[in-house]
Amino acid sequence: MSITLTLFLIVVGITLVITAWAARRTKTTVQFWAAGRTIKGWQNGLAIAGDYMSAASFLGIAGLIAFNGYDGFMYSVGWLVAYLTVLFLIAEPMRNTGKYTMADMLSYRMSPVPVRSAAAFSTVAVSAAYMMAQMIGAGSLIKILLPDLDKNLKPYFDWAIFGTKLDPSIALVGLMMMIYVIAGGMVATTWVQIVKAVLLMGGAVLLSLLVLFYFNFNFLSFFDKIYSVKDKVTGLPFTSPGILYPYGKATIWGVDKALVENVSLGLALILGTAGLPHILMRFFTVPNAKAARSSVAWAMGLIGSFYIMTTFLGFGAAALVGKANICAQVVTGFKCAPGLKPNNNMSMPRLADFLGTYFFGATGGEFLLAFIAAVAFATILAVVAGLTLAASSAFSHDFYVGVVRTQMFHGSVSEREQVLVARITAAIVGLLSIWLAARVGATANVAALVAGVAFVIAASANLPAILFTLFWKRFNTWGAVASLVGGTVVTIWLVALGPGWTLPAVVHPAFPLQNVGIVAIPVGFVLAIVGTFIGDLVKADRLAEVKFHEIDVRAQTGVGAEASPVGA
Amino acid sequence: MEVGKSLPRQSAPPSPAAAAGDEVHWEGLEETDEFRQLVQARWRFVAPATVFFLIYYFALPFSNGLFPGVMRTEIIGHINLAYVFALSEFVMAWVLAYFYIRQATRVFDPLAEKVRRRASQGK
Repeated sequence: MSITLTLFLIVVGITLVITAWAARRTKTTVQFWAAGRTIKGWQNGLAIAGDYMSAASFLGIAGLIAFNGYDGFMYSVGWLVAYLTVLFLIAEPMRNTGKYTMADMLSYRMSPVPVRSAAAFSTVAVSAAYMMAQMIGAGSLIKILLPDLDKNLKPYFDWAIFGTKLDPSIALVGLMMMIYVIAGGMVATTWVQIVKAVLLMGGAVLLSLLVLFYFNFNFLSFFDKIYSVKDKVTGLPFTSPGILYPYGKATIWGVDKALVENVSLGLALILGTAGLPHILMRFFTVPNAKAARSSVAWAMGLIGSFYIMTTFLGFGAAALVGKANICAQVVTGFKCAPGLKPNNNMSMPRLADFLGTYFFGATGGEFLLAFIAAVAFATILAVVAGLTLAASSAFSHDFYVGVVRTQMFHGSVSEREQVLVARITAAIVGLLSIWLAARVGATANVAALVAGVAFVIAASANLPAILFTLFWKRFNTWGAVASLVGGTVVTIWLVALGPGWTLPAVVHPAFPLQNVGIVAIPVGFVLAIVGTFIGDLVKADRLAEVKFHEIDVRAQTGVGAEASPVGA
Repeated sequence: MEVGKSLPRQSAPPSPAAAAGDEVHWEGLEETDEFRQLVQARWRFVAPATVFFLIYYFALPFSNGLFPGVMRTEIIGHINLAYVFALSEFVMAWVLAYFYIRQATRVFDPLAEKVRRRASQGK
């Protein structure tokens, strides 16, 4: 295992050096948050792809397909189609009206204090939920690279925080990542995202080619092999839909429950992306709306190609390694070491190990495993950086500067103070997500977690607020706050009542669905509308309607948009 | 406030007084022919395209759930209709994105430029 670990550490070391170098160059707030607004369209496209393709895409989807066949591929489909929502409705208006954060755009029309506070709340919730899954992904990698770490560190982690014992691997790697991220800034992360996106695509192409090579580039014999893998519970072949959520087993509201789960998941996937704060922030780093548009095009090309490759990665792991043999440590013949349970987040690294060994011998296996683990780790690190930035800027820029220091304790805020608050927020969100990760457990699938919590909050809280601010004249502060706070709370509440992703599954949950989007997202939109009418009745917010004309013109044309220092 | 120049870099929201003075101007821009054409052109593309991709996207989970037998029909070897439909979603997304960007470059950008030019000429 020494080659694996050494190579892994070398790649991680290189990323740390890049950050340290970039951190010295990050001086002003516009640099820290928006990379000086000088990022080109294609660079930003790569960076969006880097920000977007997290542990959920790289480890999670492959794991879902490896364990459930076809149904896992639905995540790949939804996460690409989602970019049409972004491209058609969000990217350009966002660049034209925003400054650093989502709340900057909302507070053009709305009363800044309540809207900034509410947006900070929903942004921190989305980021923490998203980051929780990244922590689990990073923990899974460490468990593969250092199989004895959990056992050795256990005595030091024998205490509980609010009834949950921290997972040693997750806690350790999570803390390391937070230290790395808090030292850097957006300049660092834009470049790290680009480097990482290239690495990730490279890793996926390499493994896909090896899978195809295994089948002598015969697509049909690859599918023959997938077809021969059968699900134990339903008896279906892995090429068939209906394994993750079996059809015809139960009904809910008079409809097949599996269908409701899949549609609910689809809603979260395609509407959530347009409300993810760390993706929206990417549009503030480009010079103008045209560059925002072209960056979405670049991102769609990259992201779509990657998601098509999940066919080879996921089905490859199912067909070649097999779901029963995917766990932290394997013994001869690629069987799980005794006493270990399969963990679907480890499908990609296990596939790499298998293919490397098959083609290049034992050393080749270690080498390829190290490379894929390092790519996955760089992936996670880069996403954690993006998420931290989104959460800390929402809190520091929106809440601390926009609310606390503007409305409560007046005074000029130095950039140093602002960045300090951002870093403290980052640390708190990081610790929260490490705790949440331990609470959910290391075997919960990271893609299902991200889609099931973070994307639903984004779609039910943030998306209604953004869309109505841009396109609905009567929308006001009450409506915005109702959806931002209400959508977040309803989602978290339903997920908490629902079956969740912890294994073994809860038998009779208070809310029957894993994917709560089908309820939470309409509730978010209804809250926005009802809130607006209540606001109208109490005549609280005349300004929002008056200011609609301004945001309308700005969003559509880019008049008065935040300029780039080098010109558009 | 001079429009067309970049806003001052500060976090404080614009004061209500300044905003009130501004509003006539924004409404004026909103009522120009160029702006109306831009909004119309944009919605004429975006509205049907959005409806189309939503229907196309949700057709996949609905067909999988409602017609499982049909979706398991194998087309070539063990490649079934469900997988081919899923792949077609990628093509659909790329094609729609291509058409949007073409439309935006040809139609929306020149119209937006006209509005911006009018805005920078003052009230």
